[in-house]
Amino acid sequence: MSETDTRAAVPAPRDDDEKPLLKVEGLVKQFPIKKGLLQRQVGAVKAVDGIDFEVRRGETLGVVGESGCGKSTMGRLITRLLEPSGGKIEFDGKDITHLSTGGMRPLRRDIQMIFQDPYGSLNPRHTIGTIVSAPFKLQGVEPEGGVKKEVQRLLELVGLSPEHYNRYPHEFSGGQRQRIGIARALALKPRMVVADEPVSALDVSIQAQVVNLMDDLQDELGLTYVIIAHDLSVVRHVSDRIAVMYLGKIVELADRDSLYAAPMHPYTKALLSAVPVPDPRRRGAKSERILLKGDVPSPIAPPSGCRFHTRCWKATQVCTTVEPPLAELKPGGRVACHHPENFEDQQPQDVVLLTAAKEAGELVPESVRKAGTPTETEVSVEAEVADEADDN
Amino acid sequence: MTELSKTGAAVGEPVRAQDAPTAFLEVRDLKVHFPTDDGLVKSVDGLSFQLEKGKTLGIVGESGSGKSVTSLAIMGLHRLGARGKNVRMSGEIWLDGKELVGADPDEVRRLRGRDMAMIFQDPLSAMHPYYKVGSQIVEAYRVHHDVSKKVARKRAIELLDRVGIPEPDKRVDGYPHEFSGGMRQRAMIAMALVNNPELLIADEPTTALDVTVQAQILDLIRDLQKEFGSAVVIITHDLGVVAEIADDILVMYGGRCVERGPVDDIFYEPQHPYTWGLLGSMPRIDRAQTDRLIPVKGQPPSLINVPSGCAFNPRCPYADVPKDNITRTERPELREVGGRHFTACHLSQEDRTRIWTEEIAPKL
Amino acid sequence: MISYIIRRTIAAVILLLVVTAVTFGIFFILPKLAGQTADQLAQQYIGKNPSPEDIAAVKRNLGLDQPVYEQYWNFIKGIVSGATYDLGPTTVRCDAPCFGYSFKDHLEVWPQLTSRLPVTISLASGAAVLWLLGGITAGVISALKPGSFFDRAAMGVALAGVSLPMFFTGQLALLLFSYQLEIFGRTYVPFTENPSQWANTLFLPWCSLALLYSAIYARLTRSGMLETMNEDYIRTARAKGLRERNVVVKHGLRAALTPLVTVFGMDVGLLLGGALITETVFSLHGIGEYAVQSISANDLPPILGVTLLAAFFVVFMNLVVDLLYATIDPRVRLS
Repeated sequence: MSETDTRAAVPAPRDDDEKPLLKVEGLVKQFPIKKGLLQRQVGAVKAVDGIDFEVRRGETLGVVGESGCGKSTMGRLITRLLEPSGGKIEFDGKDITHLSTGGMRPLRRDIQMIFQDPYGSLNPRHTIGTIVSAPFKLQGVEPEGGVKKEVQRLLELVGLSPEHYNRYPHEFSGGQRQRIGIARALALKPRMVVADEPVSALDVSIQAQVVNLMDDLQDELGLTYVIIAHDLSVVRHVSDRIAVMYLGKIVELADRDSLYAAPMHPYTKALLSAVPVPDPRRRGAKSERILLKGDVPSPIAPPSGCRFHTRCWKATQVCTTVEPPLAELKPGGRVACHHPENFEDQQPQDVVLLTAAKEAGELVPESVRKAGTPTETEVSVEAEVADEADDN
Repeated sequence: MTELSKTGAAVGEPVRAQDAPTAFLEVRDLKVHFPTDDGLVKSVDGLSFQLEKGKTLGIVGESGSGKSVTSLAIMGLHRLGARGKNVRMSGEIWLDGKELVGADPDEVRRLRGRDMAMIFQDPLSAMHPYYKVGSQIVEAYRVHHDVSKKVARKRAIELLDRVGIPEPDKRVDGYPHEFSGGMRQRAMIAMALVNNPELLIADEPTTALDVTVQAQILDLIRDLQKEFGSAVVIITHDLGVVAEIADDILVMYGGRCVERGPVDDIFYEPQHPYTWGLLGSMPRIDRAQTDRLIPVKGQPPSLINVPSGCAFNPRCPYADVPKDNITRTERPELREVGGRHFTACHLSQEDRTRIWTEEIAPKL
Repeated sequence: MISYIIRRTIAAVILLLVVTAVTFGIFFILPKLAGQTADQLAQQYIGKNPSPEDIAAVKRNLGLDQPVYEQYWNFIKGIVSGATYDLGPTTVRCDAPCFGYSFKDHLEVWPQLTSRLPVTISLASGAAVLWLLGGITAGVISALKPGSFFDRAAMGVALAGVSLPMFFTGQLALLLFSYQLEIFGRTYVPFTENPSQWANTLFLPWCSLALLYSAIYARLTRSGMLETMNEDYIRTARAKGLRERNVVVKHGLRAALTPLVTVFGMDVGLLLGGALITETVFSLHGIGEYAVQSISANDLPPILGVTLLAAFFVVFMNLVVDLLYATIDPRVRLS
């Protein structure tokens, strides 16, 4: 479903007239695999395989998924640290898909990135002052009152002392280093910040400090965030909308509350159910947990049709052949699924579960399966149901 | 578990060596110090706890709190290798009636892997990259069992099958890098369980794994514990994980235990300000709350210069509540505050109850 | 795996061709670029005061007046199928593989190389065994007890071994053990004739060479071992209850020594191309000595021959190292 269609059908809850800050259409990134004597290309890792989304001004878009789902690649594509293999990226109405390094330079002021590893991303031989003032030098910007004063202001902004200006990264703890990374990213007053696992290397108490800091800075500076993380609790806390990725595709993109309250894609549901809840009394509710069968398939040869069909307990024939589009089924809720949870079935005539789905279903608690569409009894009388579908 | 309350009173007091341990695993006043050029690193500084067979203890803390050092101390791994000479250990570790701290290293070695086994955080780096997964498991079995390679291999396949690895008779000949993260951790668990250990220590067993795989591994550990009846120590920074799996929780800060008790008490009636801080720092997936998180201010303590008095006092919002600056001068003892629930805090019982019910709980 | 071997072998062959071309270029193109005429170039191939006929013969035989690619082609053709040198009164048939002909010595290069190769191989292989044993043992013991007396002593000796030049240690050893004490002989005897005499003569050169190399290997082993013993899998091996000796040998050493394979391959490859100083100091008639003689006599064809042989050994040992790596580390087989 194209972007314009969606917006025409259901206007976004805010910024109706304003165009999104970032618009991504059919974005693809493939990494070639070479093999054999002549190092011929024999295939490609389809890291990101045709995704559409937009980031609205001032919002936080959370991107979740398991390792290898392509979320980090996506982050590097939209900041143009990587060259897309296909599709289109528009930032503030400007096509930046294939801009050269030089062409991107002015935009680097607007788009910044924060990395996971606060150790690896700071040059150990440079002082904090040099690190945070680097963006000014690269862009040839002379801030009001001089670089040093501005850098000290930034250090204060992220909760460090201006006296830290002449210190080196190794003198700081992990949380402080992440603050330095944030100060550097904010130096040029960017409009969009892409943060790839910004807090996952930090301790819980420090993680909360950084999450709050990012929150405050967003309010203060009107930032737009794309936050990529594997921790669903953190993503829930920080995001307005959330995209769930699986094997290079967005399988669900919805408002935060509706996604957590009523996930529509079975994968989202499984993902949410797997998060350990810090509430021992809910341990009895373990019965709600959906265990997924096996491992994530290889992104070199992803399954046909819906990519999740090999592990899904609701997969039917249509799931193996037809790839479900990411369709807006309800306001603020897009999902790519033929048999969504918490919504009416998109392919009600197709009720015969795959063998694999039946096996997968054994790992899914009764309560979850009952809530879904084809129940045991329905399957046993599949012929009649099929007839009814024909009649309809 | 009822025996615990009997010995519980002894916690924090000087322990006499001749005291017979009553629990399956009993750690008494354990200290693990490392002399360095910068000073003495007091990684663990007076830790005591007990654990019965069939039960799970969750040790929670942030990096540098001493939780991993504790687990390696129980396994007797600090004394090995080039750095083994440097470590200073004192206190007692009783495993099934045997004292390990003062024991002959070779005796501890014979227990290691057989009576007590360990699972590590990153299964990729914890397995030798040059050897087949199967032969690493076979090795673990043959250290303690005088059997042929063939018999050991059969045992390895059996264990791989038990931990849910498909086609175990083929995967047994695979190399670690050919396994996915989850499968690798399953193989690690198979390796740890190959000798039916009575004590299983899992150090951040799911931290390197994806959430769906984490759920599988936690389920597996729980099932295997039921089946083997072993005692499990699970070390993690993730309160969600301990809430899922632990019977008791021990919260560590700056090398010491600040709070210990049954899982429900720790989550619903936590007594120590640091535990409150942990709970407040944690974004919750199970609650629709959009408020700000309540982080613990400041940075974790240096283990060389642990703050005097209560190690948490520089970060504690209530450090000035008790009189006479006591939080900065006197180290708080671990005291029982309810059935098997202990905390090391200078705040009075009334203050703690008041702060928890009035200030902390409503915001969580 | 087989595809991997084939790929590496083809790469090695291509690399050798490149090396010959570059070496050839240095000898034949650079002088031309520097403005030397074919006559001047040809003069260098002959001794002092050459007659015009000699110069003409060299020019004709080497094709110095022809384009460079033509010369290169002739050279390669010589290696594959031999060449014939027309020296006016006589013709010399240089059989394949023909690596050129020394117009100064009036000798073909290849037979010279083959007759000297056993000496160099004997020297290199014996020294290699010694330095591996000495270096690795010292390195492992040092690494297991860092800061101990042994560690400090061994690393001190290692430092001395690296810094003392072969002229010094070699001459000193020769003076002391051969001339003064007369324990070791000084005349090389082939292994096939008299193995004990062979070892007796080579013992001093072996030790002198090995002292130098084992110093480097001890340091490499020590640092590799220190790093490996901190790996997570070592902790796992200990957690299994393995004896420390097994942990070190089976889990530590294998991983720690892997990087050493690369260095070892390079070192042996280089040595096989001639241990210039050692051979000179101990008067061994090996490839290195040949190279030194040819260089001082400014005799270009043997220099070219030795260079190519040395290049061959380095490339060949590199290939061996790559293949060894793949067998040691299963992860390499993937890529």
